[in-house]
Amino acid sequence: MSESLNTIEEFVASDYKYGFVTNIESDTVPPGLSEDTIRFISAKKKEPAWFTEWRLKAFRHWQTMEEPKWPNVHYTQTDYQSISYYSAPKQKKTLNSLDEVDPELRKTFDKLGISLNEQKRLSGVAVDAVVDSVSVATTFKTELAKQGIIFCSFSEAVTHHPELVQKYLGSVVPHTDNFYAALNSAVFTDGSFCYIPKGVRCPMELSTYFRIEAANTGQFERTLIVADEGAYVSYLEGCTAPMRDENQLHAAVVELIAMDNAQIKYSTVQNWYPGDKDGKGGIYNFVTKRGLCKGASSKISWTQVETGSAITWKYPSCILQGDNSQGEFYSVALTNHMQQADTGTKMIHIGKNTRSTIVSKGISAGRGQNSYRGQVKIMKGAANARNFSQCDSLLLGDKCGAHTFPYIDVQNSTAQVEHEASTSKIGEDQIFYLNQRGLETQDAVNMIVNGFCKEVFRELPMEFAVEAQKLLGVSLDGSVG
Amino acid sequence: MTQTKTKSVSENAAHLAAAETFAASAPGPDWLRNLRRNGVTHFTELGFPTTKLEDWIYCNVAPITKLAFRPATSAGTDVTAQQLAPFAFPGWTGSRLVFVNGHFSPALSSLPAPQPGVTITNLATALASGDQLIESHLAHHAGVDASGFSALNTAFIADGAFIALAPNTIAAGPVHLLFVSAPGDTANTAQPRNLLVAGANSSVKVVEHYVSLGGTAHFTNAITEIAVGEGAHLEHAKFQEENLEAFHVATVQVTLARDSRFLSHSISTGAKLARHNINLVMTGQGVDCVMNGLYAVGGKQLVDHHTVADHAVPHCGSHEYYHGILGGHSRGVFNGKIFVRKDAQKTDAKQTSRNLLVTDNATVNAKPQLEILADDVKCTHGATVGQLNDEALFYCRSRGLDEVSARRLLTHAFASEIVNRITVEPVREHLEQVLWGRLEELIEKK
Repeated sequence: MSESLNTIEEFVASDYKYGFVTNIESDTVPPGLSEDTIRFISAKKKEPAWFTEWRLKAFRHWQTMEEPKWPNVHYTQTDYQSISYYSAPKQKKTLNSLDEVDPELRKTFDKLGISLNEQKRLSGVAVDAVVDSVSVATTFKTELAKQGIIFCSFSEAVTHHPELVQKYLGSVVPHTDNFYAALNSAVFTDGSFCYIPKGVRCPMELSTYFRIEAANTGQFERTLIVADEGAYVSYLEGCTAPMRDENQLHAAVVELIAMDNAQIKYSTVQNWYPGDKDGKGGIYNFVTKRGLCKGASSKISWTQVETGSAITWKYPSCILQGDNSQGEFYSVALTNHMQQADTGTKMIHIGKNTRSTIVSKGISAGRGQNSYRGQVKIMKGAANARNFSQCDSLLLGDKCGAHTFPYIDVQNSTAQVEHEASTSKIGEDQIFYLNQRGLETQDAVNMIVNGFCKEVFRELPMEFAVEAQKLLGVSLDGSVG
Repeated sequence: MTQTKTKSVSENAAHLAAAETFAASAPGPDWLRNLRRNGVTHFTELGFPTTKLEDWIYCNVAPITKLAFRPATSAGTDVTAQQLAPFAFPGWTGSRLVFVNGHFSPALSSLPAPQPGVTITNLATALASGDQLIESHLAHHAGVDASGFSALNTAFIADGAFIALAPNTIAAGPVHLLFVSAPGDTANTAQPRNLLVAGANSSVKVVEHYVSLGGTAHFTNAITEIAVGEGAHLEHAKFQEENLEAFHVATVQVTLARDSRFLSHSISTGAKLARHNINLVMTGQGVDCVMNGLYAVGGKQLVDHHTVADHAVPHCGSHEYYHGILGGHSRGVFNGKIFVRKDAQKTDAKQTSRNLLVTDNATVNAKPQLEILADDVKCTHGATVGQLNDEALFYCRSRGLDEVSARRLLTHAFASEIVNRITVEPVREHLEQVLWGRLEELIEKK
């Protein structure tokens, strides 16, 4: 027992490996938020007038809203006037190729193991890298364009494909949706845009890499993915940030739209800086993610591995509007030190024969608090809707907590909804078994935790699954339950 | 914002004025008068809950606040024994205490033969005799400020059942507490306050039964406080079959001491709006408790169960089973919370909520909730919403049952899982009859 206590302490002490600061010259506006700030951002990005108006409309609505207080997390509130809403790595001219990217920035990505060049050559993943809310490089653009796929930064999309942006932006997450979505709509600086035309199967994984670099900034990016009839895309998202003592805000919005027979697979490995072991610093990750299965037989699948952030607060959701559409949510959320996570999903069944699956694995360690909050709503017209939910929690140590808040709202008598939840710890007998097979206690724990998360990991694309397992291994360094 | 505030104040005004008058004039020792005043103060602050509060989002109590508030002050003499005949349990030999509009009616009751160490009486009588036990328990378990309804009940404490068992006594038979709402509209609000104190190693079975005479709207706002002593065994069944215009809000608050056993049943078939709060707090190790519940509603009924199993200490077990049958345009709400407090290691908590929708217009809102702050625990919960198994239906049909009978039979089996956990046979028999009648109303030819 004493051994296990020691190792938990070691675990709590394990470091954040992505906490370096890169000295990239950046263009940052002074902190503060007003209509002028928004006009400044808009002007800086040379946005068309309709877009500026849309932002202002969102801002005016945001001013009437109050910060929500219902989640099961505790933090000091953000002063929205002390954040800088625009920070971009200084760019002198438009880049033609990767070689022209700031070498310092290239080094940052190399340190992260996301060498843009290497990624490009070896894994065939198209990457859009976003630093401090501005997209710095997108790889493989021309190759994708041959198939008619549009994959670019949001600013480019606004300039080159305004008709698509205008049509879909805010159609799933309207600017009035919630406090953070409104804020994001007003001030978001960049993000990724992706459009897969009819019948096209995207030949490679698309990926966005987010990094907060500058101090005192918030990252507000926006992702919009549209899969037209019969299209397929798998999209990956990764995030890191430097170690800083103050809390930084990350309020992103992700919108997915799947037409008839289209499929979108969205995977996230979130590893923002979680703060030190006393809970100082770290990222507030308040994200709105929602997918709309608009067409018949469409499918949206969310997979997330949440290991970072001081506070995670997000619910990747699916609106199953099309008949026979499917929604999936696979999640691993790890809270350590003083981290808090309130995460889960919403499955709104509107169409007939819609199906949804929820698998959520929460791991709490140190003094971490992990909450699953989910809603399964079967509307009156959703005949033969089917849902299966499973949320399991694993507790490592006696100072952490696991909470479950599932909401099940059924208005149709043909629906079948099942919800299961369990809480457990790693048994001493399990560790003992692996010990006597010659495994170190630490390896045994890693193995058991990986086994606990297996159902989620196998949903991740190969490259990410490996990274996620490593990440979990690093986070659990020195832990025994 | 200011607008809603003024509105709620005007809605509460009648209740507040009545509560103030009552608290100022009602007799009783000083501590009780203070307690009532405390209830008035909290009701002034809280008012009636709104759907903006997380615990009340599916339960809109606005119709209650709109109902004219005429609290009953005495049992009256209108009710005859004959009228109560349908509510007697078949073959019942135990004692029966009848409360009309929340006030004890000695004429209709049959008190048990005196037994040493066992007090079975009404609260008003016990208060008049100056029983010390009451002061040390009344309002010590259920918080005055739990909701506006708790505060209102506290402001009106006058009568209810009082059962006390000295250590090591076993009550001779089960106790039937029958709460009757008298017909007519002279008094429409009953606010009984019940107190059960079971000393160490004692045992008793109590049935709390709510019924109405006549079909007019009335409001029951009840609180039952139960203290289960070390090693005591208690079974508490609550059965609510009020008329379909009635409003029923009730709290059962239980404190469980070391090694005690507690079996709770809540069967709800009546009332237009029924809200049951059943809260179990385990304060000593080795407690084992079961929460068992069934609701079968139709029409425009709303039935809302909020249960809490609070594991404050290690080595306790709680098992919860709730089944719901929903027909017509009814709504069933289930919110079950399991709290495992820090260091409450070796907790074994299990919760299941199963719901059967028998019509297309019924709604279920289920929220099974776990909050766990200790690591060496076994906690599971499951919630399902679904229909009868097609294969089981087919089997019944192949044996010659028509479709409606087959559905009633299978639904009855679903309900029986809960009813069969009640150990008092006459109660079970009565429930069976009521349930069959209810299922015949709910399940009709499609």
